[in-house]
Amino acid sequence: MIGQNPGKYRGNRQAISALVRETEVHRDLYLDQELFELEMEHLFANTWVYVGHESQVPKLGDYYATTIGTQPVVMVRSAEDKVSVFYNRCPHKGTRLTGEACGNTGRFFRCPYHAWTFRLDGSLAGIPLKSGYDNTGFADSHGARGLTPVRHVHNYRGFVFGKLSDVGLGFDEFFGESLSSLDNMIDRSPVGKLEVAGGALRYKHDCNWKMLVDNLTDTCHPMIAHQSSAGTAVDVWKSAPAGAKKPMVVEIYAPFASPYDFFQTMGIRVWDNGHGHTGVSHSIHSDYSAVPGYFEQMKAAYGEERARAILGENRHNTVYFPNVTVKGPIQLLRLFKPIAANKTLVESWAFRLVGAPDMLLERTVMYNRLVNAPTSIVGHDDLEVYERAQAGLAGNGNEWVNVQRLYSADEPGQRNVVTDGTSEGQMRNQFRAWTKFMTMGA
Amino acid sequence: MAFVPTDQQLIDFVVGEARLLDQHRLDDWLNLFTEDGHYWMPLESGQTDPRLTTSLMYEDKLLLRIRVDRLKGKATYSQSPKSRCHHVLQQPQVDARDDGDKHYVTWTPLHYVESRADEQTLYAAWATHHLTVVDNALRIRLKRVDLVNCDAALGSIQLFV
Repeated sequence: MIGQNPGKYRGNRQAISALVRETEVHRDLYLDQELFELEMEHLFANTWVYVGHESQVPKLGDYYATTIGTQPVVMVRSAEDKVSVFYNRCPHKGTRLTGEACGNTGRFFRCPYHAWTFRLDGSLAGIPLKSGYDNTGFADSHGARGLTPVRHVHNYRGFVFGKLSDVGLGFDEFFGESLSSLDNMIDRSPVGKLEVAGGALRYKHDCNWKMLVDNLTDTCHPMIAHQSSAGTAVDVWKSAPAGAKKPMVVEIYAPFASPYDFFQTMGIRVWDNGHGHTGVSHSIHSDYSAVPGYFEQMKAAYGEERARAILGENRHNTVYFPNVTVKGPIQLLRLFKPIAANKTLVESWAFRLVGAPDMLLERTVMYNRLVNAPTSIVGHDDLEVYERAQAGLAGNGNEWVNVQRLYSADEPGQRNVVTDGTSEGQMRNQFRAWTKFMTMGA
Repeated sequence: MAFVPTDQQLIDFVVGEARLLDQHRLDDWLNLFTEDGHYWMPLESGQTDPRLTTSLMYEDKLLLRIRVDRLKGKATYSQSPKSRCHHVLQQPQVDARDDGDKHYVTWTPLHYVESRADEQTLYAAWATHHLTVVDNALRIRLKRVDLVNCDAALGSIQLFV
């Protein structure tokens, strides 16, 4: 941050590393604003952060404005076969170029302040009354360079990621085997293609972004925190007439109330660099009713064996560290946008499996509003405990958060393993990655 | 004689519905819906499809029952302390009436306040009620609530607008 005084953590790699121990992490990871700003400068610059999906910008000149960490960026279809990502500011006075969150800018971005224009590749196209810059050395200025591109952009089968800094790992090395979860979500389309379906649900959370990420593989909370919603759904359904067909909404809600052994035996797969997923053998998505006609389409597209393998995966939450998660079996993506140490915006995006029956999208959309909306009772359950944790952590009696469940001393050396489904090993994996990317490089 | 509501009775029904919500008489409120009734809060301005487009809420009577029962539940931590709500309605306008089909549509601009502990949030909305007559009484087939800022980043809305 500009003009910031040296604090507790800036320039002190040792102090940052000391915050993460093998089985506990310091509360400052959730509370400290200086640490949050260092996360934006290092963690969110040194890692590959999800930007958007290429289906949001199908036509030349289509754009979508978003953030990487707290940095404003704009994703644009810059050529038929290319999606580019730029910092969303005019190089002249800094004006953000876009007004709408998405739209089409034509062949140029045109700044609304002084009408400087930029080609879709970011280069400066024109300045009104340009002669005023003659003999000023303008060609060597930042202004003449046009829009600043995000340094590293990778489009993985339609999912666009950006990395702001040169520090860190290449895309393939960073994600490794974890890309299999994105593959599985995409392969569920008989033509291997996804499309964003409509706008995102946007839910404000007064808590640190990592509470949401920690919770993705926290399988000891559903039967407690969601007793109120899922438990009530199960109770209400009990009074349904005998033989009534279980509706989709009950199929979605009820598994949240499953007992501990359901979650213990589902397993959690832990990958390098903070990635991992719940639901190795089964998950809360395993027992949804078949959608008529869908398996036949998949069989025709992939052959029976491969179709069964694709649909046999029931991965629950896949964490793509640091701040995005996908649910392949239900085609949802949630992005946890950090705003401040105690503020996060949760965006929940629904995807259409191109070529598949509409009933699959109906289920995706239903799941999204039942679980991820600001009006969702499951969402209310979760936010309540996050906000209570954010408040309770201020208490000085104990400065540490415990993540010890099913820890073993040989764990840090293990790679791509499957753990007990109630282990906090994936959370520990995320914190190891946190330290790694916070302290990497200069 | 079959019951044919006057415009004033339609207006009184909509006003009375808001009062049940404000007074937390949620079982009585739920009984205002037909068995196939829905409560819909779109995510997009002018949204026409609740099925394949994401909404904030699109709930049948089963989901509304779950919501109402949950609000009463002992393990409902997000309602400890409880939320309260307050509706201010503009006079409902009768937009359509078809006595033969027993189909009536009203339109009601409103302000809605939800409070919990030290926080209080104001929302503005338009409510569209699609009403019918069942057993000589007015019932809700569809209550559509369009928040003015439906597509904004929102905090929790725990009660019913």
